Amino acid sequence: MSPLAKLLEAALFAASRPLTLEELASLEPDTGEGALRAALNEVRVAYSDDHGVELAEIAEGWQFLTRREYAEAIDRAQFALRPRRLSPAALETLAIIAYRQPVGRLEVDEIRGVDSGAVIDKLLERALVEVVTRGEGLGRPLLYGTTPQFLEILGLKDLEELPRLEELSVALRPPTPAEEPE
Amino acid sequence: MTTPSPVMRDPSGFVIELEQFSGPLDLLLHLIHEEEVDITDLPISKIADQFLAVIRDLGLNQAADYLEMAARLLRIKAQMLLPRRLGDDEWEDPRAELVRRLLEYQQIRELVDWLARAAAVRAERFGRGYEAPPPDAPPAPLQIDLNDLLAAAERVIALIPEPMVHRVVPRPLDVEGALAKIHALLAERETFGWGEVVGPGATIVDVLSAFIALLELAKRGTVSLAQPEPFAPMVIRRESPREAA
Repeated sequence: MSPLAKLLEAALFAASRPLTLEELASLEPDTGEGALRAALNEVRVAYSDDHGVELAEIAEGWQFLTRREYAEAIDRAQFALRPRRLSPAALETLAIIAYRQPVGRLEVDEIRGVDSGAVIDKLLERALVEVVTRGEGLGRPLLYGTTPQFLEILGLKDLEELPRLEELSVALRPPTPAEEPE
Repeated sequence: MTTPSPVMRDPSGFVIELEQFSGPLDLLLHLIHEEEVDITDLPISKIADQFLAVIRDLGLNQAADYLEMAARLLRIKAQMLLPRRLGDDEWEDPRAELVRRLLEYQQIRELVDWLARAAAVRAERFGRGYEAPPPDAPPAPLQIDLNDLLAAAERVIALIPEPMVHRVVPRPLDVEGALAKIHALLAERETFGWGEVVGPGATIVDVLSAFIALLELAKRGTVSLAQPEPFAPMVIRRESPREAA
């Protein structure tokens, strides 16, 4: 591996969370993005097999994660614990916020058909959603969006990895944002 | 005192958990799938009855969200029963909004499955230094003196709103009066129209009184009621002289 790749390997090993490209760039300020990405790829390839861990692209960053096949043994030995599962209500609320963001509580309530205030508070507490702005209209309601932590617990690189609404078996009017992303 | 377990055992031995449904839409979708009915052509009467039965069995009829949905279903059911004029293009399916919401919710459920799978896969890969969140510390013992307690009680009492008194004005239906009027008409003629029972200036109370009186007479077999076609005026006909009262 190149010296830069080894530096990245060391930093990624030391970190307990995904490191973004900007964060990795601060290790060697004179390095261009192209060289950084090439070095990251070097690390990824070096760990692509023959290792119990792999370099995962997750939550808009990179992180060493153990391979799935060892989950059970590590879990059983209690060297690390799996995170608590999210309740159906939490997942419903997350799904609505992920797809309609920025979205207010009223719209979440309407789609779910139940009051979602307590669930949203729990998600805020776990930093899976955050207040991104305030809406127009009466009382300027708080509007929520998802956080990098949301991507992390789902193992997603970015929001683009969520299934597109057209791919679902129930096709329905997609939310119509003011400007179409893409 | 222990809180009742959120598990109900119905007579057939099935254990149904209250928490099984995340809301009234979830319960509705469950019923629709169970009955294998077409969501876009919902048999509203059947679904409404089942919905009511389930929330009664589960004690969910205490929950506002479920009650609201029950009311909505009953309203749609009533609207479906109303006759509509032939060739009425203006007619809007009263189920349309509910179907739209159900489809939207179904889409969310599909996304929930996807998210749950993604989270399960992610949970099988550990990062470095992951620490399980610490268990919640037990609450510290409460320390309070009498003055604090009294002050708190005062604050709570200050929050109690003045009782609001509603005056309900009784407007009793005059079914007796309407009965007398119909009897008078019956004495004169064999048949007569609805318009003669309620005069042109009839109030809603008059109309309701007359209608209930007619239904009562029809039940007793004193009169027969007929309507040649939807929205046509009702025709009242004397049935038999066996009316004793």
